[in-house]
Amino acid sequence: MMDRNPLILGNKTYKDITDDICEPVERLPGKQWMLMFFSAKALFLFYLTSVAIILFTGMGLMGTNHPIGWGTDIVTFVFWIGIGHAGTLISAVLFLFRQKWRTSVARSAEAMTVFAVMTAGIFPLIHTGRPWLDFWLLPYPNQRGPLWVNFRSPLLWDVFAVSTYATVSIVFWYVGLVPDFATIRDRAKNKMRKKIYGILSLGWRGSTRNWSHYEMVYMLLAGLATPLVLSVHTIVSFDFAVASLPGWHTTIFPPYFVAGAIFSGFGMVVTLLTLVRIGFPKFKDYITIDHMEVMNKIIMTTGLLVGYAYCSELFIAWYSGMKYEQYAFINRALGPYWWAYWIMFSCNVFVPQIFWFRAARRSIPIMFVVSIFVNIGMWFERFVITVTSLHRDFLPSNWGMYEWSIYDAAILFGSFGMFLTLFLLYLRAFPAISIAEVKPVLYVGKKRGGH
Amino acid sequence: MAKRQSGVAGIWSDDQLILEAAEKMRLAGYKKFDAITPFPVHGMEEAVGIKRSTIPWVTFFAALVGGFCGMYLQYWTSAVSWPINVGGKPMFSIPAFIPVTFELTILFAALASVGTMFFLNGLPKVDPPIIDPDLTSHKFALWVPDSEEGYSVEKVEAFLKELGAEEVKRVAEY
Repeated sequence: MMDRNPLILGNKTYKDITDDICEPVERLPGKQWMLMFFSAKALFLFYLTSVAIILFTGMGLMGTNHPIGWGTDIVTFVFWIGIGHAGTLISAVLFLFRQKWRTSVARSAEAMTVFAVMTAGIFPLIHTGRPWLDFWLLPYPNQRGPLWVNFRSPLLWDVFAVSTYATVSIVFWYVGLVPDFATIRDRAKNKMRKKIYGILSLGWRGSTRNWSHYEMVYMLLAGLATPLVLSVHTIVSFDFAVASLPGWHTTIFPPYFVAGAIFSGFGMVVTLLTLVRIGFPKFKDYITIDHMEVMNKIIMTTGLLVGYAYCSELFIAWYSGMKYEQYAFINRALGPYWWAYWIMFSCNVFVPQIFWFRAARRSIPIMFVVSIFVNIGMWFERFVITVTSLHRDFLPSNWGMYEWSIYDAAILFGSFGMFLTLFLLYLRAFPAISIAEVKPVLYVGKKRGGH
Repeated sequence: MAKRQSGVAGIWSDDQLILEAAEKMRLAGYKKFDAITPFPVHGMEEAVGIKRSTIPWVTFFAALVGGFCGMYLQYWTSAVSWPINVGGKPMFSIPAFIPVTFELTILFAALASVGTMFFLNGLPKVDPPIIDPDLTSHKFALWVPDSEEGYSVEKVEAFLKELGAEEVKRVAEY
């Protein structure tokens, strides 16, 4: 049998693991973090201001108008929801497949999921135009009949899918954090810290009876989150696929969206973890180049899947013999939005091909750049799907262009401020690697000496 | 949840050694003892003699309840309370109701499982006394409560030492 590479580098003991991972939580932040945090915070405040201006003035500030009824809000919503999917894939699907390497990256990937879903959730609420009436999305008894929501609409399915996904992701993440909070509580020298983490840990003790129920629930949650994550982007794709618009009305959408979501999510995981490795050099022993390489392989694979979906769409458009469908795709590639289509195609299909080379898969600068391209490409994918199909439909008299405004740009870029602020706070307040999950894999790929 | 008990704890710093010790302790006839570990030690449940958790049953029934409630909510609101014709679709349009039914199945199952786990583990516990702060970091303990049959502090202490505990502690309240 071939020897595995160790999952954790260096000659660590269990105590070293606890010390290394708890260290960022227990010291004051460094200059680097402060700089990043205040930049993110500034961007976040800018975002809040932009959203406030849009809400007070009206949706007219943004580019959505006939015939482009869905614009930046929906595009960016799908983008952020997609990002979240890699976190659940790492924490749930790889758990079920017994992929031990997931332990080092699962916590941060799940955090990314939670924050990405939070960031995403705001966009459809803005998109409704009157966010103060957003509670109308819920089926609650009311004095208008009662008038119920339309359960035959994919948009309502989305309300249920995204809120269930957000709830289950947060619960899954929190359950994983409980034993680690207990570790920080028991190490705390400072009263305040002991109190706060004591509350967060819910009084966890770690007896075998507790662990037995805990591990069972962890597995059950993984088993429930797996079909859930697939269903969420499937239902997001139904928002498009159920409409009878050329370019949207295709059966390939659910798997195509799920593959794209995992692709973009892994892009974001790689972006964040390369930065975490720089910010916390000690974590390099836990999040090793091997971990990054595996994720780069997933990026390449899902990139190829997405590329297959692009080509299949083109083929089916031709093969269907339907002129509207054919025109929609010719228009995507060669029409006024040709640049968006080719940004999408090159970022998502061509750029990740560099990962065929082992040296590229293991080079931090290369993977960082590729992951940024993947994120750009996947935003453009949703832009291409949403905007190019809407801007030229069946009637040429109904054609138009998307009047992209400065407010569209403001909330798109501002949303990164919200996401990064939350993620940076998480890095300092929560153990960024799962302490209790990393310890059992300490000896993978190493000889255990002694007895 | 169980009342606070007094007892004796033996502390190890190696998970393999404590696993062997737990196995011996069970074979020596101890029934109420437990191991306290910073992470789930593989094989410890068998060594301590704990049966498989029954939570999957809760998950299963909660999933059934969630699925039923989801479908019934949609049926009642769309076909009974105020039927509205949407695009000529049937009032009780089962295929269109599947996504929400599915989501609620998952939601009920997940929340019920976690809730049951918290309940069975007696969480949240307010300020529980701890045996040793290192037990959530790098040390492992076998804990024998005073409710153990034929319990005597001296006997248990001697047995834990014989098993190779690095440190034996009398615990007044746990």
